[in-house]
Amino acid sequence: MSETRIKNMTINLGPQHPAAHGVLRLVLEMDGEVVERVDPHIGLLHRGTEKLIEHKTYLQAVPYFDRLDYVVPMNQEHAFALAVERLLGIEAPLRAQYIRVLYSEIGRISNHLLNICVMILDVGAFTPYFWGFEEREIIMEFYERASGARMHAAYFRPGGVASDLPPDLLRDIGEWNKRFPKVIDDIEGLITENRVFKQRTVDIGSTSPAEAFDWGFSGPMLRATGVAWDLRRNQPYEVYDELEFSIPVGTTGDGYERYLVRMAEMRESVKIIDQCLARLPDGPVKVVDNKISPPSRSQMKNSMEALIHHFKLYTEGYHVPAGETYAAVEAPKGEFGVYLVSDGSNKPYRCKIRSPGFAHLQALEYVSRNRMLADVVVNIASMDIVFGEIDR
Amino acid sequence: MSLIEQATKSLFLSELIKGMGITFRHMFSPTATVNYPYEKGPISARFRGEHALRRYPNGEERCIACKLCEAVCPAQAITIEAEPRSDGSRRTTRYDIDMVKCIYCGFCQEACPVDAIVEGPNFEYATESREELLYNKQKLLDNGERWESEIAANLASEAPYR
Repeated sequence: MSETRIKNMTINLGPQHPAAHGVLRLVLEMDGEVVERVDPHIGLLHRGTEKLIEHKTYLQAVPYFDRLDYVVPMNQEHAFALAVERLLGIEAPLRAQYIRVLYSEIGRISNHLLNICVMILDVGAFTPYFWGFEEREIIMEFYERASGARMHAAYFRPGGVASDLPPDLLRDIGEWNKRFPKVIDDIEGLITENRVFKQRTVDIGSTSPAEAFDWGFSGPMLRATGVAWDLRRNQPYEVYDELEFSIPVGTTGDGYERYLVRMAEMRESVKIIDQCLARLPDGPVKVVDNKISPPSRSQMKNSMEALIHHFKLYTEGYHVPAGETYAAVEAPKGEFGVYLVSDGSNKPYRCKIRSPGFAHLQALEYVSRNRMLADVVVNIASMDIVFGEIDR
Repeated sequence: MSLIEQATKSLFLSELIKGMGITFRHMFSPTATVNYPYEKGPISARFRGEHALRRYPNGEERCIACKLCEAVCPAQAITIEAEPRSDGSRRTTRYDIDMVKCIYCGFCQEACPVDAIVEGPNFEYATESREELLYNKQKLLDNGERWESEIAANLASEAPYR
Protein backbone atom coordinates (compact mmCIF):
# COMPACT_ATOMS: atom_id res chain seq x y z
CA MET A 1 0.00 0.00 0.00
CA SER A 2 1.37 3.39 -0.98
CA GLU A 3 2.00 6.11 1.53
CA THR A 4 -0.57 8.93 1.61
CA ARG A 5 -0.04 12.33 3.13
CA ILE A 6 -2.79 13.41 5.46
CA LYS A 7 -3.75 17.04 5.59
CA ASN A 8 -4.25 18.66 8.98
CA MET A 9 -7.83 18.72 10.05
CA THR A 10 -9.47 22.10 10.40
CA ILE A 11 -12.22 22.40 12.95
CA ASN A 12 -14.56 25.17 13.84
CA LEU A 13 -15.05 26.04 17.52
CA GLY A 14 -18.03 28.27 18.04
CA PRO A 15 -19.68 30.71 17.53
CA GLN A 16 -22.41 28.77 19.32
CA HIS A 17 -20.13 26.70 21.49
CA PRO A 18 -20.82 27.13 25.21
CA ALA A 19 -17.10 27.26 25.97
CA ALA A 20 -16.59 30.04 23.43
CA HIS A 21 -17.93 32.62 25.91
CA GLY A 22 -20.24 34.49 23.64
CA VAL A 23 -19.77 34.60 19.91
CA LEU A 24 -16.11 33.66 19.57
CA ARG A 25 -15.43 31.63 16.46
CA LEU A 26 -12.12 29.83 16.32
CA VAL A 27 -10.81 28.07 13.28
CA LEU A 28 -8.41 25.49 14.64
CA GLU A 29 -5.91 23.63 12.53
CA MET A 30 -5.30 20.33 14.25
CA ASP A 31 -2.68 17.66 14.08
CA GLY A 32 -4.50 14.88 15.83
CA GLU A 33 -5.44 16.41 19.13
CA VAL A 34 -2.65 18.97 19.05
CA VAL A 35 -3.50 22.50 17.97
CA GLU A 36 -1.23 23.87 15.25
CA ARG A 37 -2.93 27.15 14.49
CA VAL A 38 -5.66 29.17 16.19
CA ASP A 39 -7.46 31.72 14.07
CA PRO A 40 -10.05 33.76 15.97
CA HIS A 41 -12.81 35.14 13.76
CA ILE A 42 -14.27 38.15 15.49
CA GLY A 43 -16.86 40.72 14.56
CA LEU A 44 -20.04 38.73 15.06
CA LEU A 45 -21.20 41.18 17.73
CA HIS A 46 -20.00 44.33 16.00
CA ARG A 47 -22.50 47.14 16.48
CA GLY A 48 -20.41 50.11 15.46
CA THR A 49 -20.41 51.62 18.95
CA GLU A 50 -17.55 54.02 18.28
CA LYS A 51 -19.21 55.42 15.18
CA LEU A 52 -22.61 55.62 16.89
CA ILE A 53 -21.12 57.64 19.73
CA GLU A 54 -19.96 60.27 17.22
CA HIS A 55 -23.62 60.94 16.51
CA LYS A 56 -24.83 61.07 20.12
CA THR A 57 -24.51 63.80 22.71
CA TYR A 58 -22.23 63.12 25.65
CA LEU A 59 -25.17 62.05 27.83
CA GLN A 60 -26.65 59.80 25.15
CA ALA A 61 -23.30 58.04 24.73
CA VAL A 62 -23.37 56.72 28.32
CA PRO A 63 -25.70 53.72 27.72
CA TYR A 64 -23.50 52.51 24.88
CA PHE A 65 -20.72 51.84 27.38
CA ASP A 66 -22.96 49.50 29.36
CA ARG A 67 -23.21 47.34 26.31
CA LEU A 68 -19.48 46.89 25.72
CA ASP A 69 -18.47 44.58 28.51
CA TYR A 70 -21.95 43.67 29.66
CA VAL A 71 -20.63 41.76 32.67
CA VAL A 72 -19.48 44.96 34.41
CA PRO A 73 -21.44 47.85 32.87
CA MET A 74 -20.50 50.53 35.37
CA ASN A 75 -16.72 50.20 35.04
CA GLN A 76 -16.95 51.11 31.36
CA GLU A 77 -19.11 54.14 32.04
CA HIS A 78 -16.49 55.15 34.55
CA ALA A 79 -13.79 55.51 31.88
CA PHE A 80 -16.08 57.58 29.67
CA ALA A 81 -17.21 59.79 32.56
CA LEU A 82 -13.59 60.42 33.53
CA ALA A 83 -12.63 61.29 29.95
CA VAL A 84 -15.48 63.79 29.57
CA GLU A 85 -14.77 65.29 32.98
CA ARG A 86 -11.13 65.75 32.06
CA LEU A 87 -12.08 67.61 28.88
CA LEU A 88 -14.59 69.75 30.76
CA GLY A 89 -12.03 70.44 33.48
CA ILE A 90 -14.35 69.38 36.29
CA GLU A 91 -14.20 66.79 39.03
CA ALA A 92 -17.09 64.82 40.45
CA PRO A 93 -18.03 65.66 44.07
CA LEU A 94 -16.41 63.51 46.74
CA ARG A 95 -19.56 61.53 47.53
CA ALA A 96 -19.97 60.68 43.84
CA GLN A 97 -16.34 59.56 43.68
CA TYR A 98 -16.84 57.21 46.61
CA ILE A 99 -20.05 55.84 45.11
CA ARG A 100 -18.24 55.24 41.83
CA VAL A 101 -15.40 53.41 43.54
CA LEU A 102 -17.91 51.42 45.59
CA TYR A 103 -19.80 50.28 42.51
CA SER A 104 -16.63 49.67 40.50
CA GLU A 105 -15.49 47.25 43.17
CA ILE A 106 -18.89 45.59 43.39
CA GLY A 107 -18.60 45.21 39.62
CA ARG A 108 -15.13 43.72 39.97
CA ILE A 109 -16.46 41.06 42.34
CA SER A 110 -19.34 40.38 39.96
CA ASN A 111 -16.96 39.99 37.02
CA HIS A 112 -14.49 37.76 38.82
CA LEU A 113 -17.30 35.59 40.19
CA LEU A 114 -18.61 35.05 36.69
CA ASN A 115 -15.19 34.44 35.21
CA ILE A 116 -13.91 32.10 37.91
CA CYS A 117 -17.11 30.09 38.11
CA VAL A 118 -17.41 29.76 34.34
CA MET A 119 -13.76 28.78 34.08
CA ILE A 120 -14.34 26.09 36.69
CA LEU A 121 -17.43 25.01 34.77
CA ASP A 122 -15.40 24.77 31.56
CA VAL A 123 -12.94 22.40 33.18
CA GLY A 124 -15.79 20.26 34.48
CA ALA A 125 -16.92 21.35 37.96
CA PHE A 126 -20.50 22.50 38.19
CA THR A 127 -21.05 23.36 41.85
CA PRO A 128 -19.22 26.71 42.26
CA TYR A 129 -21.13 28.03 39.26
CA PHE A 130 -24.35 27.98 41.28
CA TRP A 131 -22.76 29.55 44.34
CA GLY A 132 -21.24 32.28 42.24
CA PHE A 133 -24.45 33.07 40.43
CA GLU A 134 -26.37 33.20 43.70
CA GLU A 135 -24.06 36.04 44.76
CA ARG A 136 -24.18 37.67 41.35
CA GLU A 137 -27.96 37.76 41.66
CA ILE A 138 -27.55 39.78 44.87
CA ILE A 139 -25.09 42.11 43.12
CA MET A 140 -27.59 42.57 40.29
CA GLU A 141 -30.14 43.63 42.89
CA PHE A 142 -27.70 46.22 44.23
CA TYR A 143 -27.26 47.50 40.68
CA GLU A 144 -31.01 47.65 40.23
CA ARG A 145 -31.62 49.49 43.46
CA ALA A 146 -29.04 52.13 42.56
CA SER A 147 -29.76 52.65 38.90
CA GLY A 148 -33.06 50.98 38.03
CA ALA A 149 -31.60 48.32 35.77
CA ARG A 150 -29.98 45.03 36.65
CA MET A 151 -27.30 45.32 33.99
CA HIS A 152 -27.49 48.30 31.67
CA ALA A 153 -27.23 50.83 34.43
CA ALA A 154 -26.48 54.22 32.79
CA TYR A 155 -25.55 55.27 36.33
CA PHE A 156 -22.10 56.91 36.15
CA ARG A 157 -22.64 60.14 34.26
CA PRO A 158 -20.07 62.77 33.33
CA GLY A 159 -20.12 65.01 36.40
CA GLY A 160 -21.15 62.45 38.99
CA VAL A 161 -23.72 59.68 39.27
CA ALA A 162 -27.36 59.66 38.22
CA SER A 163 -28.92 59.69 41.70
CA ASP A 164 -27.98 59.29 45.33
CA LEU A 165 -28.01 55.92 47.08
CA PRO A 166 -30.75 55.30 49.65
CA PRO A 167 -29.45 54.55 53.18
CA ASP A 168 -31.02 51.07 53.34
CA LEU A 169 -29.12 50.06 50.20
CA LEU A 170 -25.82 51.08 51.81
CA ARG A 171 -26.73 49.05 54.88
CA ASP A 172 -27.56 45.99 52.76
CA ILE A 173 -24.30 46.28 50.81
CA GLY A 174 -22.44 46.41 54.14
CA GLU A 175 -24.18 43.29 55.43
CA TRP A 176 -23.58 41.38 52.21
CA ASN A 177 -19.95 42.48 52.19
CA LYS A 178 -19.41 40.95 55.65
CA ARG A 179 -20.93 37.66 54.58
CA PHE A 180 -19.38 37.41 51.13
CA PRO A 181 -15.80 36.27 52.05
CA LYS A 182 -17.36 32.97 53.23
CA VAL A 183 -18.47 32.31 49.67
CA ILE A 184 -14.90 32.88 48.44
CA ASP A 185 -13.71 30.49 51.15
CA ASP A 186 -16.18 27.84 49.97
CA ILE A 187 -15.10 28.13 46.33
CA GLU A 188 -11.44 28.08 47.38
CA GLY A 189 -11.98 25.06 49.62
CA LEU A 190 -13.60 23.17 46.81
CA ILE A 191 -11.36 24.17 43.91
CA THR A 192 -7.97 25.65 44.79
CA GLU A 193 -6.28 22.43 45.88
CA ASN A 194 -8.39 20.15 43.73
CA ARG A 195 -6.17 17.84 41.69
CA VAL A 196 -8.42 17.72 38.65
CA PHE A 197 -8.56 21.50 38.45
CA LYS A 198 -4.81 21.75 38.89
CA GLN A 199 -4.15 19.17 36.20
CA ARG A 200 -6.27 21.14 33.79
CA THR A 201 -4.90 24.62 34.53
CA VAL A 202 -1.36 24.55 35.94
CA ASP A 203 1.18 25.41 33.20
CA ILE A 204 -1.56 26.01 30.67
CA GLY A 205 -1.14 29.34 28.93
CA SER A 206 2.02 30.34 30.79
CA THR A 207 3.41 33.71 29.84
CA SER A 208 6.53 35.54 30.94
CA PRO A 209 6.33 39.24 31.88
CA ALA A 210 8.15 40.17 28.66
CA GLU A 211 5.67 38.23 26.52
CA ALA A 212 2.80 39.73 28.44
CA PHE A 213 4.10 43.23 27.62
CA ASP A 214 4.59 42.28 23.97
CA TRP A 215 1.02 41.10 23.65
CA GLY A 216 -0.41 44.10 25.46
CA PHE A 217 -1.75 42.27 28.50
CA SER A 218 -3.25 44.23 31.37
CA GLY A 219 -5.23 43.54 34.50
CA PRO A 220 -5.18 40.09 36.12
CA MET A 221 -3.59 38.60 32.98
CA LEU A 222 -0.53 40.80 33.45
CA ARG A 223 -0.48 40.56 37.24
CA ALA A 224 -0.53 36.75 37.07
CA THR A 225 2.88 36.93 35.35
CA GLY A 226 4.32 38.76 38.35
CA VAL A 227 4.14 42.39 37.22
CA ALA A 228 2.53 44.54 39.91
CA TRP A 229 0.81 46.92 37.49
CA ASP A 230 -2.57 48.19 38.54
CA LEU A 231 -3.95 51.52 37.33
CA ARG A 232 -5.73 52.00 40.65
CA ARG A 233 -2.29 52.19 42.25
CA ASN A 234 0.00 53.32 39.41
CA GLN A 235 -2.20 56.11 38.02
CA PRO A 236 -4.68 56.69 40.84
CA TYR A 237 -8.02 58.11 39.77
CA GLU A 238 -10.98 59.08 41.96
CA VAL A 239 -10.24 58.24 45.60
CA TYR A 240 -8.16 55.11 45.10
CA ASP A 241 -5.01 56.78 46.44
CA GLU A 242 -6.71 57.25 49.82
CA LEU A 243 -7.82 53.62 50.13
CA GLU A 244 -5.81 50.74 51.45
CA PHE A 245 -5.59 47.61 49.37
CA SER A 246 -2.89 45.38 47.98
CA ILE A 247 -2.15 44.18 44.47
CA PRO A 248 -2.02 40.38 44.26
CA VAL A 249 0.54 39.06 41.77
CA GLY A 250 1.39 35.60 40.48
CA THR A 251 4.62 34.14 39.15
CA THR A 252 4.14 31.99 36.06
CA GLY A 253 1.10 33.57 34.43
CA ASP A 254 -0.68 30.28 33.72
CA GLY A 255 -4.39 29.61 33.98
CA TYR A 256 -4.12 28.54 37.61
CA GLU A 257 -2.32 31.73 38.66
CA ARG A 258 -4.90 33.87 36.88
CA TYR A 259 -7.54 32.07 38.90
CA LEU A 260 -5.60 32.71 42.13
CA VAL A 261 -5.04 36.39 41.29
CA ARG A 262 -8.75 36.90 40.64
CA MET A 263 -9.66 35.16 43.88
CA ALA A 264 -7.26 37.40 45.81
CA GLU A 265 -8.58 40.49 44.01
CA MET A 266 -12.10 39.72 45.18
CA ARG A 267 -10.85 39.74 48.77
CA GLU A 268 -9.17 43.11 48.15
CA SER A 269 -12.40 44.45 46.64
CA VAL A 270 -14.24 43.43 49.80
CA LYS A 271 -11.76 45.55 51.77
CA ILE A 272 -12.22 48.54 49.46
CA ILE A 273 -16.03 48.29 49.71
CA ASP A 274 -15.71 48.28 53.50
CA GLN A 275 -13.58 51.42 53.45
CA CYS A 276 -15.90 53.18 50.99
CA LEU A 277 -18.93 52.48 53.15
CA ALA A 278 -17.13 53.67 56.27
CA ARG A 279 -15.82 56.88 54.68
CA LEU A 280 -18.75 57.80 52.41
CA PRO A 281 -19.15 61.56 52.98
CA ASP A 282 -22.38 63.54 52.70
CA GLY A 283 -22.90 66.03 49.93
CA PRO A 284 -24.03 66.30 46.33
CA VAL A 285 -23.61 63.41 43.90
CA LYS A 286 -23.33 65.53 40.74
CA VAL A 287 -21.45 68.70 39.98
CA VAL A 288 -23.55 71.66 41.06
CA ASP A 289 -23.06 73.41 37.71
CA ASN A 290 -26.43 73.18 35.94
CA LYS A 291 -24.73 73.72 32.59
CA ILE A 292 -23.49 70.13 32.89
CA SER A 293 -25.72 68.20 35.27
CA PRO A 294 -29.50 68.63 35.21
CA PRO A 295 -31.19 70.48 38.09
CA SER A 296 -33.33 68.57 40.60
CA ARG A 297 -37.04 68.10 39.90
CA SER A 298 -38.11 70.61 42.53
CA GLN A 299 -35.71 73.26 41.21
CA MET A 300 -36.88 72.56 37.68
CA LYS A 301 -40.54 73.03 38.69
CA ASN A 302 -39.93 76.27 40.59
CA SER A 303 -37.24 78.17 38.73
CA MET A 304 -37.43 79.40 35.16
CA GLU A 305 -33.65 79.33 34.83
CA ALA A 306 -33.52 75.71 36.00
CA LEU A 307 -36.25 74.78 33.53
CA ILE A 308 -34.25 76.33 30.70
CA HIS A 309 -31.17 74.39 31.81
CA HIS A 310 -33.27 71.21 31.93
CA PHE A 311 -34.53 71.74 28.37
CA LYS A 312 -31.08 72.65 27.04
CA LEU A 313 -29.43 69.63 28.66
CA TYR A 314 -31.95 67.10 27.39
CA THR A 315 -32.09 68.42 23.84
CA GLU A 316 -28.75 69.92 22.89
CA GLY A 317 -26.64 68.57 25.77
CA TYR A 318 -23.52 70.41 26.86
CA HIS A 319 -20.64 71.60 24.73
CA VAL A 320 -17.24 70.20 25.58
CA PRO A 321 -14.16 72.36 24.92
CA ALA A 322 -12.06 71.25 21.94
CA GLY A 323 -9.23 68.94 22.86
CA GLU A 324 -8.35 65.33 23.28
CA THR A 325 -7.75 63.08 26.22
CA TYR A 326 -7.23 59.48 27.18
CA ALA A 327 -8.81 58.20 30.36
CA ALA A 328 -8.22 54.66 31.50
CA VAL A 329 -9.62 52.72 34.40
CA GLU A 330 -8.62 49.41 35.88
CA ALA A 331 -11.65 47.46 34.71
CA PRO A 332 -11.85 43.90 36.09
CA LYS A 333 -10.53 42.53 32.80
CA GLY A 334 -7.66 44.97 32.45
CA GLU A 335 -7.02 48.49 31.26
CA PHE A 336 -10.21 49.88 29.76
CA GLY A 337 -9.52 53.20 28.12
CA VAL A 338 -11.47 55.85 26.25
CA TYR A 339 -9.64 58.16 23.87
CA LEU A 340 -11.92 61.10 23.31
CA VAL A 341 -11.48 63.88 20.77
CA SER A 342 -13.77 66.88 21.04
CA ASP A 343 -14.18 69.60 18.43
CA GLY A 344 -16.00 71.90 20.81
CA SER A 345 -19.50 70.74 19.82
CA ASN A 346 -22.04 68.79 21.86
CA LYS A 347 -21.01 65.46 20.33
CA PRO A 348 -17.64 63.68 20.49
CA TYR A 349 -15.63 64.05 17.30
CA ARG A 350 -14.08 60.66 17.87
CA CYS A 351 -14.29 58.10 20.62
CA LYS A 352 -11.78 55.30 20.49
CA ILE A 353 -12.32 52.51 22.95
CA ARG A 354 -9.41 50.45 24.21
CA SER A 355 -10.80 47.16 25.42
CA PRO A 356 -8.58 44.76 27.34
CA GLY A 357 -10.21 41.64 25.87
CA PHE A 358 -9.11 42.53 22.34
CA ALA A 359 -5.44 42.61 23.37
CA HIS A 360 -5.80 39.37 25.30
CA LEU A 361 -7.53 37.50 22.50
CA GLN A 362 -4.69 38.19 20.05
CA ALA A 363 -2.38 36.16 22.31
CA LEU A 364 -4.66 33.13 22.17
CA GLU A 365 -2.79 31.55 19.30
CA TYR A 366 0.56 32.20 20.97
CA VAL A 367 -0.38 30.49 24.23
CA SER A 368 -2.36 27.65 22.63
CA ARG A 369 -0.09 26.57 19.80
CA ASN A 370 1.21 22.99 20.14
CA ARG A 371 -1.13 22.38 23.05
CA MET A 372 -4.07 20.04 23.29
CA LEU A 373 -7.55 21.06 22.14
CA ALA A 374 -8.86 20.94 25.70
CA ASP A 375 -6.27 23.54 26.74
CA VAL A 376 -7.66 26.06 24.25
CA VAL A 377 -10.87 26.06 26.26
CA VAL A 378 -8.97 26.71 29.49
CA ASN A 379 -7.06 29.54 27.81
CA ILE A 380 -10.25 31.19 26.55
CA ALA A 381 -11.82 30.91 29.98
CA SER A 382 -8.83 32.23 31.91
CA MET A 383 -8.43 35.17 29.53
CA ASP A 384 -11.83 36.42 30.59
CA ILE A 385 -13.13 37.20 27.13
CA VAL A 386 -16.40 39.05 26.65
CA PHE A 387 -17.44 39.74 23.12
CA GLY A 388 -19.30 42.94 23.73
CA GLU A 389 -16.05 44.79 24.25
CA ILE A 390 -13.94 42.95 21.68
CA ASP A 391 -16.31 43.49 18.76
CA ARG A 392 -17.65 46.81 20.07
CA MET B 1 5.43 21.32 51.61
CA SER B 2 7.59 18.31 52.27
CA LEU B 3 7.52 15.38 49.90
CA ILE B 4 6.04 13.03 52.51
CA GLU B 5 3.29 15.48 53.40
CA GLN B 6 2.46 15.96 49.76
CA ALA B 7 2.43 12.21 49.13
CA THR B 8 0.10 11.56 52.07
CA LYS B 9 -2.29 14.29 50.96
CA SER B 10 -2.27 12.93 47.46
CA LEU B 11 -2.75 9.33 48.60
CA PHE B 12 -5.62 9.97 51.01
CA LEU B 13 -7.46 12.34 48.62
CA SER B 14 -7.55 14.91 51.41
CA GLU B 15 -8.54 17.91 49.25
CA LEU B 16 -11.29 15.92 47.55
CA ILE B 17 -12.73 14.81 50.89
CA LYS B 18 -12.53 18.39 52.19
CA GLY B 19 -14.40 19.54 49.09
CA MET B 20 -17.04 16.85 49.57
CA GLY B 21 -17.48 18.16 53.12
CA ILE B 22 -18.18 21.67 51.83
CA THR B 23 -20.66 20.35 49.27
CA PHE B 24 -22.34 18.24 51.97
CA ARG B 25 -22.66 21.26 54.27
CA HIS B 26 -24.38 23.17 51.47
CA MET B 27 -27.08 20.52 51.26
CA PHE B 28 -28.55 22.01 54.42
CA SER B 29 -28.50 25.66 53.34
CA PRO B 30 -31.82 27.19 52.26
CA THR B 31 -32.65 27.14 48.55
CA ALA B 32 -31.86 30.24 46.52
CA THR B 33 -34.35 29.67 43.70
CA VAL B 34 -37.79 31.27 43.42
CA ASN B 35 -40.86 29.57 42.02
CA TYR B 36 -41.08 32.17 39.26
CA PRO B 37 -44.60 32.73 38.00
CA TYR B 38 -45.85 32.57 41.60
CA GLU B 39 -42.85 34.18 43.32
CA LYS B 40 -40.85 37.07 41.92
CA GLY B 41 -37.51 38.59 42.77
CA PRO B 42 -37.57 41.97 44.53
CA ILE B 43 -37.51 45.14 42.44
CA SER B 44 -36.93 48.64 43.70
CA ALA B 45 -38.81 51.88 43.10
CA ARG B 46 -36.18 52.80 40.52
CA PHE B 47 -36.86 49.81 38.28
CA ARG B 48 -37.06 50.73 34.61
CA GLY B 49 -39.56 48.45 32.94
CA GLU B 50 -42.43 48.88 30.50
CA HIS B 51 -43.35 52.44 29.57
CA ALA B 52 -46.60 54.13 30.49
CA LEU B 53 -48.17 57.50 29.76
CA ARG B 54 -49.85 59.01 32.81
CA ARG B 55 -52.87 61.21 33.34
CA TYR B 56 -53.62 63.84 35.96
CA PRO B 57 -56.12 62.80 38.64
CA ASN B 58 -58.84 64.72 36.75
CA GLY B 59 -58.30 62.52 33.70
CA GLU B 60 -56.36 65.04 31.60
CA GLU B 61 -53.27 63.73 29.80
CA ARG B 62 -50.03 64.89 31.36
CA CYS B 63 -48.03 64.88 28.13
CA ILE B 64 -47.71 68.37 26.64
CA ALA B 65 -45.80 67.28 23.53
CA CYS B 66 -42.58 69.11 24.43
CA LYS B 67 -40.71 66.27 22.67
CA LEU B 68 -37.84 66.22 25.18
CA CYS B 69 -38.11 62.43 25.40
CA GLU B 70 -37.98 62.17 21.63
CA ALA B 71 -34.89 64.39 21.54
CA VAL B 72 -32.95 62.63 24.30
CA CYS B 73 -33.78 59.03 23.31
CA PRO B 74 -30.41 57.53 22.28
CA ALA B 75 -32.11 54.76 20.29
CA GLN B 76 -34.58 57.12 18.59
CA ALA B 77 -37.39 54.81 19.59
CA ILE B 78 -39.95 57.55 20.29
CA THR B 79 -42.02 59.28 17.58
CA ILE B 80 -44.29 62.19 18.48
CA GLU B 81 -46.65 64.28 16.39
CA ALA B 82 -48.54 67.14 17.94
CA GLU B 83 -51.03 69.88 17.14
CA PRO B 84 -53.28 72.20 19.19
CA ARG B 85 -56.51 70.60 20.38
CA SER B 86 -59.92 72.22 19.81
CA ASP B 87 -59.70 73.87 23.25
CA GLY B 88 -56.33 75.37 22.28
CA SER B 89 -54.07 73.22 24.48
CA ARG B 90 -51.12 71.50 22.87
CA ARG B 91 -51.38 67.72 22.93
CA THR B 92 -49.90 64.79 21.05
CA THR B 93 -51.80 63.25 18.18
CA ARG B 94 -49.34 60.44 17.94
CA TYR B 95 -47.03 58.99 20.57
CA ASP B 96 -45.30 55.80 19.47
CA ILE B 97 -42.57 53.87 21.23
CA ASP B 98 -40.80 51.11 19.41
CA MET B 99 -40.22 48.78 22.33
CA VAL B 100 -37.83 46.73 20.18
CA LYS B 101 -35.54 49.70 19.61
CA CYS B 102 -35.81 50.95 23.18
CA ILE B 103 -32.74 50.33 25.33
CA TYR B 104 -34.48 51.08 28.65
CA CYS B 105 -31.95 53.71 29.70
CA GLY B 106 -34.61 55.78 31.46
CA PHE B 107 -33.58 59.09 29.85
CA CYS B 108 -37.16 59.72 28.66
CA GLN B 109 -38.56 59.69 32.18
CA GLU B 110 -35.64 61.80 33.42
CA ALA B 111 -36.23 64.34 30.67
CA CYS B 112 -40.03 64.53 31.05
CA PRO B 113 -40.83 67.82 32.84
CA VAL B 114 -44.37 66.72 33.81
CA ASP B 115 -43.75 63.04 34.76
CA ALA B 116 -45.94 61.94 31.86
CA ILE B 117 -43.78 59.21 30.32
CA VAL B 118 -42.44 56.84 32.95
CA GLU B 119 -40.87 53.44 32.95
CA GLY B 120 -43.05 51.41 35.27
CA PRO B 121 -42.42 48.30 37.34
CA ASN B 122 -43.85 45.87 34.76
CA PHE B 123 -41.33 43.53 33.14
CA GLU B 124 -43.72 40.86 31.89
CA TYR B 125 -44.95 42.11 28.55
CA ALA B 126 -43.55 39.52 26.17
CA THR B 127 -45.60 39.14 23.04
CA GLU B 128 -45.96 36.55 20.33
CA SER B 129 -45.31 38.93 17.47
CA ARG B 130 -43.00 41.83 16.86
CA GLU B 131 -45.82 44.17 15.80
CA GLU B 132 -47.38 44.00 19.26
CA LEU B 133 -44.23 45.64 20.64
CA LEU B 134 -44.71 48.77 18.54
CA TYR B 135 -46.66 50.69 21.17
CA ASN B 136 -48.97 53.53 20.20
CA LYS B 137 -50.46 56.27 22.35
CA GLN B 138 -53.56 54.27 23.32
CA LYS B 139 -51.50 51.30 24.52
CA LEU B 140 -49.26 53.59 26.57
CA LEU B 141 -52.21 55.39 28.15
CA ASP B 142 -53.80 52.02 28.99
CA ASN B 143 -50.54 50.99 30.66
CA GLY B 144 -50.67 54.21 32.64
CA GLU B 145 -54.16 53.40 33.88
CA ARG B 146 -53.26 49.85 34.80
CA TRP B 147 -50.07 50.72 36.69
CA GLU B 148 -50.93 54.16 38.05
CA SER B 149 -51.01 53.18 41.74
CA GLU B 150 -47.60 51.48 41.62
CA ILE B 151 -46.07 54.23 39.51
CA ALA B 152 -47.38 56.99 41.78
CA ALA B 153 -46.06 55.19 44.88
CA ASN B 154 -42.65 54.70 43.25
CA LEU B 155 -42.41 58.34 42.15
CA ALA B 156 -43.35 59.50 45.65
CA SER B 157 -40.70 57.34 47.32
CA GLU B 158 -38.07 58.41 44.76
CA ALA B 159 -38.90 62.12 45.04
CA PRO B 160 -36.01 62.97 47.45
CA TYR B 161 -33.47 61.50 45.02
CA ARG B 162 -34.69 63.09 41.79
